[in-house]
Amino acid sequence: MNNNHPSKLLTEPLHVVNIGLKAFADNLEAQQVPVVQVDWVPPAGGNTEIASLLAKLESGPIKEKINRANKEALARMLSADPVLIDVVPANEAIPTLGDRMILHAGPPVGWERMCGPMKGAVAGIAVFEGWAEDLITAERMAAAGEFAFHPNHHFGAVGPMTGMTTRSQPVLVIENKKFGNRAYCTINEGLGKVMRFGGNDEEVLDRLRWIRDEFGPALGRAIRSTGGIPLKNLLARGLSMGDEMHQRNVGCSGLILRQLAPALAKTADDLSALERSLAFMGGNDQFFLNIAMAMGKAIMDPVAGIENSSVVTAMCRNGTDFGIRVSATGDEWFTAPVEMPNGLYFPGFSEKDANPDMGDSAIVETIGLGGFAMGASPAVAGFVGAGVAADAANFTRAMTEITVGENPEWTIPAMDYLGVPTGIDIRLVLETGLAPTINTGIAHKKPGVGQVGAGVVRAPQACFEKVLVAFARTVGVG
Amino acid sequence: MKKVIVNQVKTGFYLDSVALMRFSRTIAGMDDVEEAALMMGTPSNKKIMTEAGILGPEGEKASGGDLIIGIRAAHQAAADKALAESINLLEQSAVTRKKGETWRPRTLAAALKSDSTINLALISVAGEFAAAEARKALHQELNVMIFSDNVPVGEEVALKNEARELGLLVMGPDCGTAIINGVPLAFANQVKRGGVGIIGASGTGIQEVSCLISQGGGGISQAIGVGGRDLKKEVGGISTLMALEVLEADPATRHIVLISKPPAASVAESILARIKESRKNFTVCFLGASGLELPNNAVFSSTLKAAAESALGGTSISTGFLPDQAAASPPKGKNSVLGLFSGGTLCSETQFIFREAGESINSNVPIPGVSKLEGIPKGHCFIDFGDDEYTQGRPHPMIDPTIRDEALVKALSNPDVGVILIDVVIGYGAHNDPAGHLASVLPPRRADNPLVIASVTGTDLDIQNRASQVRTLEEAGILVAPSNADAALLALACLKRKGG
Repeated sequence: MNNNHPSKLLTEPLHVVNIGLKAFADNLEAQQVPVVQVDWVPPAGGNTEIASLLAKLESGPIKEKINRANKEALARMLSADPVLIDVVPANEAIPTLGDRMILHAGPPVGWERMCGPMKGAVAGIAVFEGWAEDLITAERMAAAGEFAFHPNHHFGAVGPMTGMTTRSQPVLVIENKKFGNRAYCTINEGLGKVMRFGGNDEEVLDRLRWIRDEFGPALGRAIRSTGGIPLKNLLARGLSMGDEMHQRNVGCSGLILRQLAPALAKTADDLSALERSLAFMGGNDQFFLNIAMAMGKAIMDPVAGIENSSVVTAMCRNGTDFGIRVSATGDEWFTAPVEMPNGLYFPGFSEKDANPDMGDSAIVETIGLGGFAMGASPAVAGFVGAGVAADAANFTRAMTEITVGENPEWTIPAMDYLGVPTGIDIRLVLETGLAPTINTGIAHKKPGVGQVGAGVVRAPQACFEKVLVAFARTVGVG
Repeated sequence: MKKVIVNQVKTGFYLDSVALMRFSRTIAGMDDVEEAALMMGTPSNKKIMTEAGILGPEGEKASGGDLIIGIRAAHQAAADKALAESINLLEQSAVTRKKGETWRPRTLAAALKSDSTINLALISVAGEFAAAEARKALHQELNVMIFSDNVPVGEEVALKNEARELGLLVMGPDCGTAIINGVPLAFANQVKRGGVGIIGASGTGIQEVSCLISQGGGGISQAIGVGGRDLKKEVGGISTLMALEVLEADPATRHIVLISKPPAASVAESILARIKESRKNFTVCFLGASGLELPNNAVFSSTLKAAAESALGGTSISTGFLPDQAAASPPKGKNSVLGLFSGGTLCSETQFIFREAGESINSNVPIPGVSKLEGIPKGHCFIDFGDDEYTQGRPHPMIDPTIRDEALVKALSNPDVGVILIDVVIGYGAHNDPAGHLASVLPPRRADNPLVIASVTGTDLDIQNRASQVRTLEEAGILVAPSNADAALLALACLKRKGG
């Protein structure tokens, strides 16, 4: 029994939350009575089966144990201590990554169902690895089943857009010092024609060779000489500089260069190679993206497999399917057809050229950055239709409605130091009908062309509906 | 005509790439512009512009810190226009062109996060969802008013029991009216504050009584709605009993008025037992009830008007209004009264007055002793347009009075109808000019048309203003009575005049 008494209401000024007819709120506003209008929608978008599952999960003891598990998930996320410790060849980081094995972005997908840019990247990487003489041969080999395709996520790795990871590519190594796990991501290639957007001509392959032979090893030496670069704090500073760490990494890319430049110089054996490394990093506003992604993976992996937790541990896309994983349901992927980004295009391109959404990069949204931290990065809001900068904060506020909590260490100054919304709860996604907002680049649908724009995409509700059914079963409902 | 490529470089001018992409899209969408882009002159951007065929020799010279405007148009005039517009956009860029949208939470939980001082949830979502929202509100320690109807009675009982455990008040479901701490909620009127507390199972009942008290010189401390089913056996008056506790403890409440249809016997018993323990005085208005044994501190009122007068300490509300004097003669040979109501309780009150006068009547919502309206109306007939059969999929007649227009116009030429009775309810939630609407529907009065008698439920403090609504009705040839009960009495007097 608590100490409320209904007559308490008569001793306080009325503060109303109005759920339903807007006119009632307008009338209260006209009387200067404080009122908050809820933009109410039927739970689960009116899907009665899902709504009834949600209602069952609301019942006292079940709700309690889910909330407790989610609290633990959030605690693991917030206590993570990701540090950039090295750059090494992928097969050194991932010993099981063998010959003719190609890791790709998103949930599992075979050659037949791969989208254009993914096929282009596969052909390119096969030539790069020396498995095929040329792109045509590579495609023929892929079609003949000569390559083994696996998601990056199955090997502790993530990759942007097409997300190609193969044995000889250097990968960034992030260690989560709190839990001792590691995660990997290739090095960002820069803007323009690049493999992550399906680019595969000689210019693209030459850059990858230079990264493999010169830049990757140099970066590894430099990072090792610093003893590792803690990322949590660096990221907090990036947020205050206008980064959201998905479409905008200018601040963090600058900060990491500032930290690594002396070490690069100290460990350099060739001045012109040093110049090339510094110029490459300094000329790439998105250099930090791949670090942020590996960091996301390193933060989320220890959150997997918590009994009763409805927190999303991974979101990713392969250009064909969107896939999510949830803590309590472990390694299982729940997929739905991926959606088209809504965005702005480079001159000469339009929606007609766009490939559906792609990449493991949505791992940054999974940890509360990207679309979730839009409020830190008002310019990015402009990507959605005629959105104005002032709307950026609304994206972040909306995401607070589908998350377990906020991250007190990663705050948004312009939103009165609101912590980024952290720990996506599938129940809240379905109840509110608010899909996670993901900031993304847009690839040309034809292989080899590259990036044509950037925009925002929403995670398909169908993924969440599917996983809810499976999740409910794990807690004994449904 | 020849295609033209126009470049202009703004040296040392930086603007964010997203802003530039939006400008680019605007310019590229102008008439006769084939392609356009505003970009910083970095090598990769220049490459993109070259491939799009919009980079000329001037743009080539730009460096990474310069902004390039590149336009390819069908002719020079279009290019010039696009260039001018580009520069215009760049110069305006510091100014907000469009106001950002205000964020609104999607859920109760988010609303509470944004404002922790919230103490009442007003719920008007579709009935099938209302109970779930109400339960969430209770768990967040909010008092709840549920305007929604069609909530299963089992849910109502469960919610009210839960609320009692939590020490919170549930008003409704199907609670149309409340006035808490002087704030009218949902369908309610701006009334003077004073010493009378009202507990009502009926929205229009509360509206009529609170307005008559306010217009009669008194005032309202609190008006607590409990929902139409609260005094039924299944619910057992849970909210009514809690509301009694609340008003008992409220020092501003001196006198309490209870308004409801006749409750279930067992419920009436427990309510009256509670009243007996109270230190305050009561007026009990269970419309249509008879033979109640009341405790000494309570008096019975058979109509809403009588309840208001009792709460005012016996003051007469309609001083100077004498139905027999105000009555007119209905057209020859037309002997029936047709009542077209938007307020259910106003319809009940009229039925009661006609029943007591010994008239034979029927209604779609009959009170005891009144026949259920079947098929084509015959004799005196009282229709509640707020009943479910009329409101499925359309707004309540208090919001949208057009629902009774057709019946009204038809009644004018009905050979049997001598008097049309109509209620006009104003206040928050109601139509912004219901009297004006009625006046616009009625054709100029003819001698063979039935008399139209109306009353206005509302106060001069309401935005529609009662006095001006009355004036509008009178100017349209409508006889206006000071209360709903008086309108019924006036109709009876008109019939008598005919008979005499």
